[in-house]
Amino acid sequence: MEWVQQIVNGISLGSIYALIALGYTMVYGIIKLINFAHGEVFMIGAFVGFYSIAGWGFGFFPALLLAMTVCAIMGMVIERVAYRRLRNATRIAALITAIGISLFIQYLVIYFRGAQPEAYPNVLSNKTFDFFGAQISSQSVMILSTSIVLMLLLQFIVHKTKVGKAMRAVSHDMDAARLMGINVNTTISATFAIGSSLAGAAGVFFGVYYTKIEPLMGVIPGLKAFVAAVLGGIGIIPGAMVGGLVLGLVETVVSAFGYSLWRDAAAFIILILILLFKPSGIFGKNAREKV
Amino acid sequence: MLKVDGIDVFYGNIHALKGVSIEVLEGEIVTLIGANGAGKSTLLKTLSGLLKPKNGTILYENMSIAGKQAQTIVKSGISHVPEGRRVFANMTVEENLELGAFVRKDKEIQKDIQKVYDLFPRLYERRKQLSGTLSGGEQQMLAMGRAIMARPKLLLLDEPSMGLAPIMVKTIFSIIEEINKTNGTTILLVEQNAHMALSVAKRGYVIETGRVVLTGSAQDLQSSDEIKSAYLGG
Ligand SMILES: Nc1ncnc2c1ncn2[C@@H]1O[C@H](COP(=O)(O)OP(=O)(O)OP(=O)(O)O)[C@@H](O)[C@H]1O
Ligand SMILES: [Mg+2]
Repeated sequence: MEWVQQIVNGISLGSIYALIALGYTMVYGIIKLINFAHGEVFMIGAFVGFYSIAGWGFGFFPALLLAMTVCAIMGMVIERVAYRRLRNATRIAALITAIGISLFIQYLVIYFRGAQPEAYPNVLSNKTFDFFGAQISSQSVMILSTSIVLMLLLQFIVHKTKVGKAMRAVSHDMDAARLMGINVNTTISATFAIGSSLAGAAGVFFGVYYTKIEPLMGVIPGLKAFVAAVLGGIGIIPGAMVGGLVLGLVETVVSAFGYSLWRDAAAFIILILILLFKPSGIFGKNAREKV
Repeated sequence: MLKVDGIDVFYGNIHALKGVSIEVLEGEIVTLIGANGAGKSTLLKTLSGLLKPKNGTILYENMSIAGKQAQTIVKSGISHVPEGRRVFANMTVEENLELGAFVRKDKEIQKDIQKVYDLFPRLYERRKQLSGTLSGGEQQMLAMGRAIMARPKLLLLDEPSMGLAPIMVKTIFSIIEEINKTNGTTILLVEQNAHMALSVAKRGYVIETGRVVLTGSAQDLQSSDEIKSAYLGG
């Protein structure tokens, strides 16, 4: 029953990708920017979790909550400081800024605490139990169920609350949203806050699951989550969830077949394939440009 | 109710409105006619806060609203139905109507949605449908319904008849009159269909390349030779 176990691993990894991918897709949906600093928000989330558990003795959930809060604020600050003034600039200017912010945060963290990795404390009891003959760790179950709760919460916010409706309106048509009396700046801030808090949660999950964190840890998962977002259809929230899960499963399957060296390549091969055959992603409608 | 005095509006260095002055009195339907590119939409966008005038004043109920944010202007009672409807295509009819009431905090929103359905029974039938799948006429109804959900005192309508079949144009115009009569909503109506516009309006302004070139009562405008030749097809 090796397979069941691999699938559970794949889904756990996939849910981490999905949480990061959601932030990419939400920000893209609303301001058409690939926020390449998003991987760094994930990294900061992991470190906030680390310090609050190892330094201040927080439990898992308080640490998670703190990481999410810090990342939400960080996301809003990044948008306010770096992106807002570029809203009417060319896309390439915004993209270059995003890469700049990403590098800035990486090296700021290295400047203050050095580049050495940190071993994540054992904050969740890690029992394994038998599930249809497979050995499943309680950690994966915890991570998976918390991710699901967060994603359901996100769906609720986006579809049922006023701020969620404002987010959908702004992402569809900014001027029409203004005419409804929606404050576009506040709505964009809220989008960054929500997306970044999910990345923060993913950072803590990553730390707990893989037990090692370091200042450049955001780069590869950030890129892969970006692939996941494109795979699902960038700008589409359920797409990011499905894209993340698919990517996690593919990587685990590739490793399970003994090609673990190809694990990272798998993600980028997928990216190339989507860009070639279905650039709008799994959930994307075929190119319907807004006028 | 609304007094626009000598406003200049630019897009970069394109001078789109040149010293435009108009006035709208409470309870009136006033129409703004003019050819493509005359600056009609620019004027409405400036009134609703999407654009800022460089010079000039806009007084609405004796309060200056020139350069104010759109959300402030909506709250003060001006709703704008933009050219091309701009409904939120990825949301249902009902969600669009709810968004129209975004600035309201009272408890009568559901009641007002019912009123919109009474005014536009077609929207009731399609309330759970994604608005992107509506026909042009239905989208126009939705855009108007959405705007009146904010309970405006002044409604700005930008080419409501655009691209609609004659029968639908009639329906839309009779509803415009009904909104004006039953709710007492003042209406500033931008139209290319000068004939229809002048038949419902009390007064009108003619705008050409960013300037008001003619104004008068609807009757006078209808019988003016200039209007006849330029906008009423002889
Ligand atoms: N976003 C923009 N950027 C630059 N110029 C613009 C922009 N929007 C409008 N203009 C210019 O401003 C002028 C007035 O445009 P406006 O849209 O107000 O005309 P209109 O009277 O509404 O025309 P139509 O009947 O075709 O809708 C035009 O010359 C147009 O080219
Ligand atoms: Mg126009």
